[in-house]
Amino acid sequence: MKKYTFRMGGIHPPQHKSTADSPIQQGPVAPLLTLLLSQSIGAPSKPLVKPGDKVVAGQPVAEPGGFVSSWIHSPCCGTVKKLERVRTPQGYPVDAITIERDPEGTESFSFPPLDPSTASSEELVQRVREAGIVGLGGATFPTFIKLTPPPGTKPECVILNGAECEPYLTCDDRLMREHAAEIAEGAYCLMRSVGVRYCYIGIEANKPEAIAAMKQAAEKYQGMKVCVLRTKYPQGGEKQLIAAIMGREVPSGALPVAVGAIVDNVATAYAVQQAVVLGKPLTGRVLTVTGEGALNPGNYYVELGTPLTMIMQADERVNKVIGGGPMMGKAMSNLDTPSTKGLSGVLTMCLDSTPDIQPCIRCAACYSACPMGLEPMLLARQAENGDWEYAAQSGVMDCIECGSCAYTCPSNRRLLDWIRYSKTQVRKLK
Amino acid sequence: MQELIISGSPHAHTTDTVNRRMWNVVIALLPSLGVALWVFGLSALWVTLVAVGACMATEWLIERYLFHRPCTLSNGSALITGLLLAFNLPNILPWWMVVIGAVVAIGIGKMSFGGLGCNIWNPALVGRVFLLLSFPAAMTTWDSAVNSGFIQAAHTGASGVDASTGATLLATLKSHGHVVDSSSVDWLTLGLGDMNGSLGEVGSIAILLGLAWMLITRVITWHIPVSVLGSAALLSWATGANPGIELLAGGLMLGAVFMATDYVTSPMTHWGQIIYGVLIGVLTIIIRRWGAYPEGVSFAILLGNSVTPLINKYCRPRRFGMRKIRKEAKA
Repeated sequence: MKKYTFRMGGIHPPQHKSTADSPIQQGPVAPLLTLLLSQSIGAPSKPLVKPGDKVVAGQPVAEPGGFVSSWIHSPCCGTVKKLERVRTPQGYPVDAITIERDPEGTESFSFPPLDPSTASSEELVQRVREAGIVGLGGATFPTFIKLTPPPGTKPECVILNGAECEPYLTCDDRLMREHAAEIAEGAYCLMRSVGVRYCYIGIEANKPEAIAAMKQAAEKYQGMKVCVLRTKYPQGGEKQLIAAIMGREVPSGALPVAVGAIVDNVATAYAVQQAVVLGKPLTGRVLTVTGEGALNPGNYYVELGTPLTMIMQADERVNKVIGGGPMMGKAMSNLDTPSTKGLSGVLTMCLDSTPDIQPCIRCAACYSACPMGLEPMLLARQAENGDWEYAAQSGVMDCIECGSCAYTCPSNRRLLDWIRYSKTQVRKLK
Repeated sequence: MQELIISGSPHAHTTDTVNRRMWNVVIALLPSLGVALWVFGLSALWVTLVAVGACMATEWLIERYLFHRPCTLSNGSALITGLLLAFNLPNILPWWMVVIGAVVAIGIGKMSFGGLGCNIWNPALVGRVFLLLSFPAAMTTWDSAVNSGFIQAAHTGASGVDASTGATLLATLKSHGHVVDSSSVDWLTLGLGDMNGSLGEVGSIAILLGLAWMLITRVITWHIPVSVLGSAALLSWATGANPGIELLAGGLMLGAVFMATDYVTSPMTHWGQIIYGVLIGVLTIIIRRWGAYPEGVSFAILLGNSVTPLINKYCRPRRFGMRKIRKEAKA
């Protein structure tokens, strides 16, 4: 069987997919849900409710605050308690709506169902927008924008990202195993909404059950094909996935649609199917609770706004909690915060000690690992020297922040920290 | 739950460390050390111990009293420099010269640039070349007790070789214009290393074992050794010398496997490494054939080290998505 992969760089971190065999369970039912108003990249959403308002499940509670922004819907029936500033898991202040659950409430709001095979492209895109769907792979880019490619570009195919190359995370794997038909139908909705005839579903070879399930589901649709990917990080990076499946490289600074690809996560496709066929807005997601310090490892369907402290129980040794996977996830300083649309997992770590940072010995391991063909060691040194123009010339803005360089560095240098710093400085230059 | 640690991603890290790599190089050097003991006896051990001890002491003193930094000996790099320096010296070199070489290697070759990772030239070679230029007689006087004459029978018109003071094969070759009757060369002795020369350079098979170990443990890639040895063999063949003897006699093998592959002083990209390797191979043969010295690997590698920054500047990796842009710009 042909295994697709990208050619440049890449690493093979240990998989740790220990939760792959635990089915998706219903997550905790929190009495108080806190909906952050920044659930996607771009402008924060604007609240449509005020304290004391009654809301029903699925009711929109915040509208987009700009073009790049998203709708937010209440996951449950209840009463709006307050609008206030809370802190994100990383400690930044952000506005939020707190809803007190009404345990008796059964009412729910939903959109009129659409038939994906007859609905127009505009209707489908509009539905994706109204349902508050954002990229669930972690980047939280509003999906409707991807589905309305800029003029002058010609999408040729939809690529569904089921690579799940992050170690530990298994939520997409489980979703593909358990909801393959829905994902395939969601992919069909995406194909229809951008008007393309082909859809490739990329899945890493370490998920044979998901591959089998998706293959069976994809047979129903013409032009839909499962592509088995080699298990290599960052196979699920958007540009790497396109390179693996289409053999095309997205030019530096361009969008994937420049080479004709629209890439969406499998979880996003599932959300699209729910929104189009069932009319359900996005009010929850599947996430993985994992790591050596998690007392309740598994895959859970969690409503938006559920406090992290209810989602995961950690044992005493845990001294680091990551939102997402170990490679690209963010460390959390504050666990009194709620889940969001972008949270694909909660990883608990028990670290003994951090190894010392040693001098760079110029072994070029980072050069070999970089999937973007950059020179991480050079970029880091330019950042240390504050040479932002040279950094921009060296392509620092092409960095996808996959962390392969810092992972592979035998001297344990914090290459990506320097590169991120460099990117913020280079942005200021413009 | 304890207090939470925060840091930027990635939160996973490979088990690979600088120390693992360095100690694997040390392991790779052991077969050559064994050959040195077998050929030269205990004197080889003394030279090695003095070189290693002096290198480590120099590094410790400089880190402690000049840089005020924590001790860095455990990373094994000073040990490697000491071993490689010893491998580049004759077994009968006076001990104080070995100490001078070690102090120059670590003090000037490495620490004066800031320590590990900062040096421009391979420290062990800086030490060796300093000794070669300062004490040319001592550095080219070989142990007369060691086999140096086996090639003479193979050598057309081998005369004038002063067997009593010993000589390396390359010196003998040089005096005869590198023309050898290859049919009568004892390849087994050449490969095993039972001949005169610097401690580590004689045992070619042992060096290849070390190379295999470093390739298996992924400490280095094939690019530098293969390009050095390949280009040297090709050039010596093209100019009428016997490529086998050029590779097996003298320090080319040691240089290509252990010295040219030093991370700090070699280029970053594979293409850069191949250019660097070819440069070293070609320079070595040019110096051997037409230069003043019978042996040219040390100079060739130091020259290769010198152009490494330039190679790094021009041999950069191909950036993702850049080839497309160039095509489109043309169209």
